[in-house]
Amino acid sequence: MGQLFFLIVAAIAVVAALGVIFNRNVVHSALALLVNFCSLAVLYFMLNAQFLAVAQILVYAGAIVVLFLFVVMLLGAELGEKISSWLTVQNAFLAALGIILLTVVGTAVFENYINGARGDFTTEAVREYGQVQMIGSVLFTDYVLAFQLVAVLLSVGIIGVVWLAQLHLKRQSQGELND
Amino acid sequence: MIDQVPVSFYLLLGAILFSIGAGGVLIRRNTIIILMCVEMMMNSVNLTFVAFSRYLDSATGQIFVFMIMAVAAVEVAIGLALLVELNRHKRAVNIDEINSLKG
Repeated sequence: MGQLFFLIVAAIAVVAALGVIFNRNVVHSALALLVNFCSLAVLYFMLNAQFLAVAQILVYAGAIVVLFLFVVMLLGAELGEKISSWLTVQNAFLAALGIILLTVVGTAVFENYINGARGDFTTEAVREYGQVQMIGSVLFTDYVLAFQLVAVLLSVGIIGVVWLAQLHLKRQSQGELND
Repeated sequence: MIDQVPVSFYLLLGAILFSIGAGGVLIRRNTIIILMCVEMMMNSVNLTFVAFSRYLDSATGQIFVFMIMAVAAVEVAIGLALLVELNRHKRAVNIDEINSLKG
């Protein structure tokens, strides 16, 4: 039952991922990307990572896909490239490269045996303690430095985006001065 | 549910999604689609992290995914701001037309 459900969700994820690539319209690609993100969120639920599943829907499906759609429509870039046919020599070569990559990684997955140190957060412990409590307790004790660095990174990102956005205003005013 | 689905299934799905994303970066010439494919590759890595975290009963993988999500959000914001600025500058979304860094 669980395996069947996994296979269905995985098939949806793979088809959506192929849909991102093989769509001529960028808006359709963005919508396929949304389906891909949502099916990954379902897989996170299956893996007992409820907090990350909700975060995935909030951050990826909520913010990132909307940002993509916003920029596509702002630029009017729905049809950015002329594609007459997918079956070209170049594409066949690149697809072969992708398949080689998949073979290498897939072999690594099946040939190796995973043996790491087991943590304390078994299913029963998490069920008793709570998923969000578990993430919070680890995040704010062991990984508090990483958390603060991410906060700095987000601030730097905001400043960078604002600087990029005012770049053309600056250029415009300089052009007026030169005139 | 994890007891019915072996962890290698999740790892293989992550590998498939990563390969599709890498192939998309190579095949498509539209800058926005390339950014989407990079996001897809990051997501497949996230899936691998969560699968390992579940399999090894550890919270570290989930913290990693949390950090990757924050980095991905910043990356998309800056990447799209760069794209908008580039479009204003050169009127191009096709990556073959953006080649002025080539010597």
